[in-house]
Amino acid sequence: MASCKYDWPPPGERSLIGKRIKRLDGPEKASGRAKYTYDINPSGLLFAKIYRSPCAHAKITGIDTSEAEKMPGVKTVLAVMGVGDETHWVGDEIVCVAAESEEIATDALSKIKVQFQELPFFVNEENLDQAGDHAKPASTKTKGDASKAFSDPDVVTSEGYYGIAAITHCCLEAHGNVAQWTGNNLLTHSSTQNVPGLPSQFGDSLRKQGVDVSDKNVETICNYIGGGFGSKFGTDEWGIHVAQLAHKAGRPVKLMLERDMELEGAGARPSAFANIKVAAQKDGTLVAWDSKSWGSGGFPGAGMPPLPYVLTGIPNITTQHTSISTNAGPARAWRAPDHPQAAALTLCALDDLAAKLNMDPIEFLSKNADLSARGNVYREEMKIGAQLSDWQKNWHPRGDKTSGTVKRGMGVSIHTWGGAGHPSSCGVNIYPDGSVEVNMGSQDLGTGTRTVIGIVAAETFGLPLEAVKVNIGDSKYPADSASGGSTTVGGVSASTRRGSVDARDQLFEVVAPSLGVKPEQLVAVGGYIQAKDDPSKKLSWKEACAKLQVKPIQALGRNLPRGMSPCKLNDSGVGGCTIADVSVDTETGLIKINKMVAVQDCGLIIDLKTAESQCYGALIMGVTYALFEEKIMDRITGRMLNNNMEFYKLAGIGDVGDLVVHMMTGPGYDERGTIGLGEPPVISPGAAISNAVANAIGVRVPTIPLTPDKVLAALEKGGMA
Amino acid sequence: MRKKKTKPPQDGFSRRDFLKGAGITVSTSLLPMPGTAAARPEGSSEVLGPNPVPITLSINGAARSLKVEPRVTLLDALRNQLDITGAKKVCDRGVCGACTVILDGRAVYACNVLAVEAEGHKIETIEGLGTEEHLHPVMAAFVDNDAQQCGFCTPGFVVACKAFLDKHPNPTLADVEHGLGGNLCRCGTYAGVREAVLEAAKTLKGGHANG
Ligand code: FES
Ligand code: FES
Repeated sequence: MASCKYDWPPPGERSLIGKRIKRLDGPEKASGRAKYTYDINPSGLLFAKIYRSPCAHAKITGIDTSEAEKMPGVKTVLAVMGVGDETHWVGDEIVCVAAESEEIATDALSKIKVQFQELPFFVNEENLDQAGDHAKPASTKTKGDASKAFSDPDVVTSEGYYGIAAITHCCLEAHGNVAQWTGNNLLTHSSTQNVPGLPSQFGDSLRKQGVDVSDKNVETICNYIGGGFGSKFGTDEWGIHVAQLAHKAGRPVKLMLERDMELEGAGARPSAFANIKVAAQKDGTLVAWDSKSWGSGGFPGAGMPPLPYVLTGIPNITTQHTSISTNAGPARAWRAPDHPQAAALTLCALDDLAAKLNMDPIEFLSKNADLSARGNVYREEMKIGAQLSDWQKNWHPRGDKTSGTVKRGMGVSIHTWGGAGHPSSCGVNIYPDGSVEVNMGSQDLGTGTRTVIGIVAAETFGLPLEAVKVNIGDSKYPADSASGGSTTVGGVSASTRRGSVDARDQLFEVVAPSLGVKPEQLVAVGGYIQAKDDPSKKLSWKEACAKLQVKPIQALGRNLPRGMSPCKLNDSGVGGCTIADVSVDTETGLIKINKMVAVQDCGLIIDLKTAESQCYGALIMGVTYALFEEKIMDRITGRMLNNNMEFYKLAGIGDVGDLVVHMMTGPGYDERGTIGLGEPPVISPGAAISNAVANAIGVRVPTIPLTPDKVLAALEKGGMA
Repeated sequence: MRKKKTKPPQDGFSRRDFLKGAGITVSTSLLPMPGTAAARPEGSSEVLGPNPVPITLSINGAARSLKVEPRVTLLDALRNQLDITGAKKVCDRGVCGACTVILDGRAVYACNVLAVEAEGHKIETIEGLGTEEHLHPVMAAFVDNDAQQCGFCTPGFVVACKAFLDKHPNPTLADVEHGLGGNLCRCGTYAGVREAVLEAAKTLKGGHANG
């Protein structure tokens, strides 16, 4: 491949890239000074609350807000549904109120009277037979001749039922916005993964509501966001409502969701259930797959796990998926949409087949790894994972045969993700006083985006990280894209590199004459601009910038869509494996995580420290959804029963066991350029933990979360109880 | 089962839902502190509210006067009235620890303490422990060990950790897991937090200022 002036510096010439570097905004966050949307308190602020539907499905027959409107301290009341409208889940928004204080707004809600005509609803999708016309065929796939392959007398077939419950995003910072108008200009502070995209969303929706505003008059700011995980791409209806309330009241208004609403309505990861049949030859070679799957993320239904997962090259395949609409809050992208479900279904079914074949699952997956897009990567990653988890020593055939009531087991899963860099632009300014500013309409979800941008710019200028001022989180800066699908690091690193190289080259042009060399002979290293071949010809960065006199350099870098540039700054497509080591108390059904190991590739790593943090975090989120998380819906009332954090449990610091992360780096990975990392490591933990539990107790607990009651039921049914 | 580092606030401290919208009764003398369960002497009480009442809170060494309805939590008073926003509102019912502040030396959930009941007590928030330029050793350890991602749980963790180390200067890993079990993180920063607490314990013993 032809080299290109924007290429990443070769390994030996990197001073920052690939090192473990502390995140740029660490001190601001750790000192409590970072201002999140929730923390924005402009003067004259009003607080908004939402009256929400108590019914899972109902027609509104009457709304009376007059008493609320008359309350002292209530500024604006906005009915967002009217008589005749239908609510489709408990929590649907009906009326918004803005008042002088949170307390008054809360009181006002109790004065609102809404009459409902209740309608039939459906909230428990696990039982497909009861779904009736809530179920819609979603997809089928046929390859080869699966029924013939299954009927071959020489194959070993495993059949089972598997599933993974719907969960919520449970961002610690609830969804919400602060909206402020100055004339026709709207400023929103929004807890969003999509700073550059929000102004036009606000503009569009507000114009539909009769508010006179153009997109260019909307500015969205999000310097810090307390979690998104795929649930914060849009303004959401409540975002539009708060802008309307602020417009009507002529005062800034803050509306952050209450925790119950956050869990009921601000995002769900769809459930997935499946009856799966899978077959291999006696030597373990996979030959056939058949799955009938279904699932739901709420109203109006969504989610379609790609089955079979990773090992898509199985020669004979039939699949059939049914999407179910339930009367629960709508689905949203949840870290690696559809993949954790696909992994839970596929890798658990394959693990059961490996057990039936009496094969070590790592050996089984390695043998079949070429049915995936990157067999060698998986084999290498599983080998490393096996070493880091002491697999040889700790793994045993199904069922821990040692005496005692606590059983130990090991499980493995593999996963894949794309992660191509999204469209991105980056403004890079060098000032005559030597200061450097990088401006981008992007956002840092806690993934380290701000730090990555700073590292790339600093590396390009041969400066320490502190010398670069990174400004993100404001739509007034050159537009990046939404942060989703692990596309951010690829996008921002490429646009920053290109902008920084262009800016640096402009500086070379300016200073070359004074050093008596050609611009192309200059390099920027260690705080100097110097001649490549003659380091005695040099100027300090500050001296060099002083040559700009009064004219700063301004460059704009863009990450071009793939194929449009000869430079390979980023790529797409990764593998990864997770290994779980668990102990199961067969008397109580409690599972204890002993150790989790993640082995992950993501191309060129810009900041090893924050990359590892992504993987640690993914393992922990994985433990959480494997053991605890489920949106529990009540069949009788249609309500979410655990719409609070006591009963919607997140793992605590003592629940997660030892955590080991290994990033694949160096030749084979490095030269691919940057690839996103947010999604992949969170995909496998559910399957790996379920497999480890099966390895421990000798029987499959069919559905995730692996709660004690289900463990005991599985033991009762056929294990070692 | 996870255990909270402090006993749940007792007496009036955890009853705000019950009290919502009604006038409430508090002692005119020293207020019950979390964990001390001082019984209110009969007959020495007055009814507060439901309208806003003037109070003065001692926050990070400064006296701050404000008017709050008796049902307003310390957390809401800090955040909504005083613009002290380091303590975060997440679960608003004593589960997650994002709102942790130190009251008379003990870590408490500010969402479980009424503002009126915090009067007369010494309140320390994350803002009082350090600044981004002058990080408290616990904050520095969180930065060094990347014990934060989105950072929304971080101030609560830092405050809880500071209070924990004040009482347990030589913690084992098991102590850390027990002592910080009352704080939750969604991004999954516990690996870094474990390291950070142990590092901070070392730094603090090395003679650095604490608090
Ligand atoms: S907000 Fe106070 S404990 Fe969660
Ligand atoms: S760092 Fe995001 S919740 Fe803890």
